[in-house]
Amino acid sequence: MSAATRRVLPGFHLTLGFTVFYLCLIVLIPLSALLFKTFTLTWPQFWDAVTAPRVLASYRLTFGASLIAALVNVVFGLLVAWVLVRYTFPGKKLIDALVDLPFALPTAVAGISLTALLAGNGWVGQYLEPMGIQLAFNPNGVVIALIFIGLPFVVRTVQPVLEDAEKELEEAAMCLGATRWQTFVRVIFPAIAPALLTGFAMAFARAIGEYGSVIFIAGNMPMISEITPLIIISKLEQYDYAGATAVASVMLGLSFVLLLVINALQTWQRNRSGA
Amino acid sequence: MSTPTPPRVRLPHTTEAAWVRRTLIGVALVFMCLFLLLPLAAVFTEALRKGWDVYWEALKEPDAWSAIRLTFLTAAVAVPLNLVFGVAAAWCIAKYEFKGKSFLTTLIDLPFSVSPVVAGLIYVLVFGAQGWLGPWLAEHDIKIVFAVPGIILATIFVTFPFIARELIPLMQAQGNDEEQAAQVLGASGWQTFWYVTLPNIKWGLIYGVILCNARAMGEFGAVSVVSGHIRGQTNTMPLHVEILYNEYQSVAAFAVASLLALLALLTLAIKSWVEWRHERDMRATTDLPPEPPTAMAGNAKA
Repeated sequence: MSAATRRVLPGFHLTLGFTVFYLCLIVLIPLSALLFKTFTLTWPQFWDAVTAPRVLASYRLTFGASLIAALVNVVFGLLVAWVLVRYTFPGKKLIDALVDLPFALPTAVAGISLTALLAGNGWVGQYLEPMGIQLAFNPNGVVIALIFIGLPFVVRTVQPVLEDAEKELEEAAMCLGATRWQTFVRVIFPAIAPALLTGFAMAFARAIGEYGSVIFIAGNMPMISEITPLIIISKLEQYDYAGATAVASVMLGLSFVLLLVINALQTWQRNRSGA
Repeated sequence: MSTPTPPRVRLPHTTEAAWVRRTLIGVALVFMCLFLLLPLAAVFTEALRKGWDVYWEALKEPDAWSAIRLTFLTAAVAVPLNLVFGVAAAWCIAKYEFKGKSFLTTLIDLPFSVSPVVAGLIYVLVFGAQGWLGPWLAEHDIKIVFAVPGIILATIFVTFPFIARELIPLMQAQGNDEEQAAQVLGASGWQTFWYVTLPNIKWGLIYGVILCNARAMGEFGAVSVVSGHIRGQTNTMPLHVEILYNEYQSVAAFAVASLLALLALLTLAIKSWVEWRHERDMRATTDLPPEPPTAMAGNAKA
């Protein structure tokens, strides 16, 4: 250790020791239990558990719905962030605070409330059902619940980047003869693209694992509207610990991958804005 | 006739035409109302559908009360533990350079990306009857899973990164200068922390605690796996909402849900207040004339 980086402040060993100890106790040891349990399964056991038709259908739903919801969130999240940063209108502060509602509202509450709205006799559902549109108790409901859950991720990652964006660049583009739309596509959008992608990945990652808000509205029909976390729960309720563990390990692996992707995206974003 | 009209001075080229602005604001507001305001309103309307008396009855019920108590107990254990961890983790990550620092930061974020259901499952695998510690726990008659300790553990897991996440970037941005100055002036480590670091990070700390608490009280998936759903014993408020809802006791379910929604609104209000105070403090520091450092240097000499 060179003199320049000598630790002047006390408490390094204490805080690092406690951090690592607590991390191991709460996160790493229990997570490793999942891995060890998975390794006690034979390969055919594992493979059968994670590729059963019902489980495959749940992957399709979870992925598909999460992807659609995250894409919708990118569009509307950008719009909301844009409106909040660039324009003034009455009630703006309130709307800004409200963006975080999905973070603060317990997922079960969101779930029953969306169901009450969209069910056939609900506030919104009663008008849509005569038109043949059903939004509750089928995959549509899953998408809507996931849009609700993921919105703040996109808004809150894009908002600060938009706030820091240099207006001079837009003025320069205008002086060089660009239309407002060209300026947006060629100047503003490239600047916020990394943040938008990060927000997308975060909303997607959250949506994949979401349970509370979805199970009420999904209807939970096997093969049609059953999400992967629910498969784990129902396997547990049947005391099929091996099966639950196998499916959970697939989800955990995916979480790791998404976490690494998000980290890489954030590094990219930092480098871009720092340069 | 070629004199420019005065309003055009307002940089028309870095904003959109009025109709575009209005449309965008309109679409954004409609979206926010449909997806955020309407569900919130639905909770309170459904809860009060049969009047205040039925509402109070639903909340006075003993099972609802025990769910409320358990929810508060869980948050009262989980939040302080994660607070201590968050401060310790932020101190060692923000104040020092060491190998594996970014790896450690990633590991701290890990519980954010693990599905809550998986979070519950891992505790069942450790403490459950067929788990690692299951036989030993059964021998000593200790119940963790399907009992209160399991609920608290699962809650600690899902709220694990909240406070650390708020504090790490904040303390990194603030740097070590002030703490080093305190050390040079003879403060002990604790004094440095209490009188220098803590006042600097207090808003970030409150912010993290608020979010951590909201999640701790509202967690559903992880707690649902480890709870065992015993009424009056291992039911938190969100689980109680689920049970009532599945029994078609809609009003009672929404009554308990409305308490959780109020908690969420309170969280948002405190959060906005903290942000506002923090911004005000920041502005106050940047507006200060550059005298204080000189004054401090003078004190040090004296």
